[in-house]
Amino acid sequence: MKRYFGNRNFILWLLLCCCGLPLNAVAEASSFNMTKGVTTISHDVYDLHMIIFYICCAIAVVVFGLMFWAMVHHRKSRGAVPAQFHGSTKMEILWTAIPVIILIVMAIPATKTLIEMEDSSKSDLTILVTGSQWKWHYKYLDHPVEFYSLLATPRDQIENKAAKGEHYLYEVDRPLVIPTGKKVRFLMTSDDVIHSWWVPDFAIKKDATPGFINEIWTRVDKPGVFRGQCAELCGKDHGFMPIVVEAKESADFDAWIAAQVEAKAQATAAEQAAAPMTKEELMALGQKTYEARCAACHQVNGEGLPGVFPALKGSVMATKDLPAHLDIVIAGKAGTAMQAFGNQLSTSELAAVITYERNAWGNDTGDLVQAKDVAAATKPAQE
Amino acid sequence: MSTNELSANETSHDHDHDHHDHKPTGITRWLYTTNHKDIGTLYLLFSLLMFFIGGIFAMVIRAELFQPGLQLVEPHFFNQMTTLHGLIMVFGAVMPAFVGLANWMLPIMIGAPDMALPRMNNWSFWILPFSFSILLSTLFMDGGAPAAGWTFYAPLSTTYSGDSTAFFVFAVHLLGISSIMGAINVIVTIFNLRAPGMNWMKLPLFVWTWLITAFLLLAVMPVLAGTVTMVLTDKYFGTSFFDAAGGGDPVMFQHIFWFFGHPEVYIMILPAFGIVSSIVPAFARKPLFGYESMVWATSSIAFLSFIVWMHHMFTTGMPVAAELFFMYSTMLIAVPTGVKVFNWVATMWRGSMTFETPMMFALAFIVLFTIGGFSGLMLAIVPADFQYQDTYFVVAHFHYVLVTGAVFSLVAAVYYWLPKWTGVMYDERLGQLHFWCSLVSVNLLFFPMHFVGLAGMPRRIPDYALQFADFNALISIGGMLFGLSQLIFVYVVIKCIRRKGVKATTQVWEGAEGLEWTIPSPAPYHTFETPPQIK
Repeated sequence: MKRYFGNRNFILWLLLCCCGLPLNAVAEASSFNMTKGVTTISHDVYDLHMIIFYICCAIAVVVFGLMFWAMVHHRKSRGAVPAQFHGSTKMEILWTAIPVIILIVMAIPATKTLIEMEDSSKSDLTILVTGSQWKWHYKYLDHPVEFYSLLATPRDQIENKAAKGEHYLYEVDRPLVIPTGKKVRFLMTSDDVIHSWWVPDFAIKKDATPGFINEIWTRVDKPGVFRGQCAELCGKDHGFMPIVVEAKESADFDAWIAAQVEAKAQATAAEQAAAPMTKEELMALGQKTYEARCAACHQVNGEGLPGVFPALKGSVMATKDLPAHLDIVIAGKAGTAMQAFGNQLSTSELAAVITYERNAWGNDTGDLVQAKDVAAATKPAQE
Repeated sequence: MSTNELSANETSHDHDHDHHDHKPTGITRWLYTTNHKDIGTLYLLFSLLMFFIGGIFAMVIRAELFQPGLQLVEPHFFNQMTTLHGLIMVFGAVMPAFVGLANWMLPIMIGAPDMALPRMNNWSFWILPFSFSILLSTLFMDGGAPAAGWTFYAPLSTTYSGDSTAFFVFAVHLLGISSIMGAINVIVTIFNLRAPGMNWMKLPLFVWTWLITAFLLLAVMPVLAGTVTMVLTDKYFGTSFFDAAGGGDPVMFQHIFWFFGHPEVYIMILPAFGIVSSIVPAFARKPLFGYESMVWATSSIAFLSFIVWMHHMFTTGMPVAAELFFMYSTMLIAVPTGVKVFNWVATMWRGSMTFETPMMFALAFIVLFTIGGFSGLMLAIVPADFQYQDTYFVVAHFHYVLVTGAVFSLVAAVYYWLPKWTGVMYDERLGQLHFWCSLVSVNLLFFPMHFVGLAGMPRRIPDYALQFADFNALISIGGMLFGLSQLIFVYVVIKCIRRKGVKATTQVWEGAEGLEWTIPSPAPYHTFETPPQIK
């Protein structure tokens, strides 16, 4: 842990806090204050935060100062004789009026920043952000690019079986990529429960609500990698839903978009040309896919969580009714946490994971499902 | 307030009653009791039990968060713990404790023989054990207890919840009924049973704050009942109040919940203001500064509490005009709250202070509650709130106002009135020890939460990134110490209940004012059967 901040720094901070010394230098140097972030807006937000913090400190010094002065000097053990005054209209008016003035002074810059934050007009690029349990989906509305972004931290690190990496819980398989110097507008929605998309460096936190669309924007000036996570309790794996945004120079961004389009075309072609897989191949790919996508609910051992997530081990669905099994994995089940994976996974991944579920944990049906079976099951649903 | 004195013959009259207290014995005394003191005692003991049960849940949370990684509990169980911790502490510990104090003290403070509706009083208490048994029983069912947070946002609490939801809804209905009956009782008692001469502007502030609290309860508990009912019908009966697919709106849940929720937080703090306004003058030996402005400030806070609810929802996406309105109205609450703090300081100014345990907790309340108020003011600033929302900064904020605020005031009240209730002085040395242990550990527990929150740690997560590790370890240690410190409190209270200690006088505290200090210690089973004369 010392790697992240020296012990001496930590103790110093604690001492300063205990002494109530709001030293600007310490506040900025420390990783225990709000981030300044990387956008004009986030700088404004940081400034608002510090101004109101200093105002509070000043009021605290005055009020607590008077109180402690009274506690020291006006104590019975010092022979203090109690005065008998019990009111003063002048004082009451004074200490009603002064706070009102302070609040008005504070409200002006806050109002200005807020109006700026909420103006997402004249954007250069729009990205639709969709939350679902427990991943983010990004769709570039101006380009034919869309993908899911999932936690990339290995289970072993979470379960303390392996050393934790530098970006523990703050790493994803596919980061969101945005261009620098452009006004990027985000549209937020959700497929299931309410999530909240939060990147502290942009001072953006916006709820992703099912059935509704929120909007927010940012403009990042310098390339970099920025990390955040879901901020609204969204069920079991709420703590495992990170966000990584990579800002690239405009030219690099265009090249990245082109590469994504190309890669997508190649993957589709490869999938169509793919030969049927052997049972070993299906089981290996299936296990990998299952543990990444399904195990969060149905558990690695396939037993689910009684009363919350159904078991697959020994279930009728996974041992007998193959068409229903294909259907629920591809199309999901409305009104439950079971998502439609038809557009989240490739046909070979779908085939592999269904094969895996029908043969793992003693389900032993011997069924092999191939990509073409999945494609056949998907087609009627799409038309 | 200095006029609340009994004439000499009234005092002796009550002494007579001391000798023929008719009370049943054994379990039926407590089951069938309609005596406000017995019911007050039941409420207080029940809330103490709930405080420890909710505390155990908090300890599970802190044990899991002691280190990064998943060590002790599964994320699903972790969510059940955060949910139950919140529900138990709000509805089981803090609210019943204030109702217990109201039962014990309101009739005595206004010179009434009992609460106005004693049978309903019995019922409103005895509903609670059933309500919380139902809620806690969900821990043992398939799928476990509710896990959508104490705020149970839809659709996480509807479509995506387990069957404990039905139990949870029924439990909330029951405790809502209990609260509403309690509130009606308080209002009727204060309106009708004041002793002759006890006019409105002579009421002790604890009575005033409880009267206003009771109206808040009446206004918002039905709203909570409506919310949970809609959750129930959405989940089981096919309605779509909170489901966009059926024409509903998940955000509407939050509007309705927080329309209840914000007055609710004042329900938990206004009586605390009343307690502190009783204790500070007593130990400063000086009348409360600005009595009338205290009453007005309390009323203003109660009114404002109905027009600030959307500050809990700034990130849900709302029109700029609404964000601005709720930012300004929320900031405005700082004004009457400030008036209260200034009045308390002015009461101490040029007093003659001593620092017994109740005063120490009251002083800590003033400082630490104000710190919670400061972070509340920061949270009102909408652009900054986007960074604070749903982080540990919010957790720090509401624990400062609820633990070092509401709970500290409750502890102060118990120390203040315990000699009157039991007839013996509590052990002052242990009281001071309890105070200092609590003060240090509670700040170790909650102060660093500001830092991890600002640095970006969201609330309600069972595991966190490595940069938060050191502070979380510290917070967990603070939490364990705070929990252990409360055992001293239990020991002190038990000692008093067993009548071990110096016998308390009628006056108990040199500078204390009010009718409760004119009756003997312990307070007789029946008081003020004939009303006292208020000069």
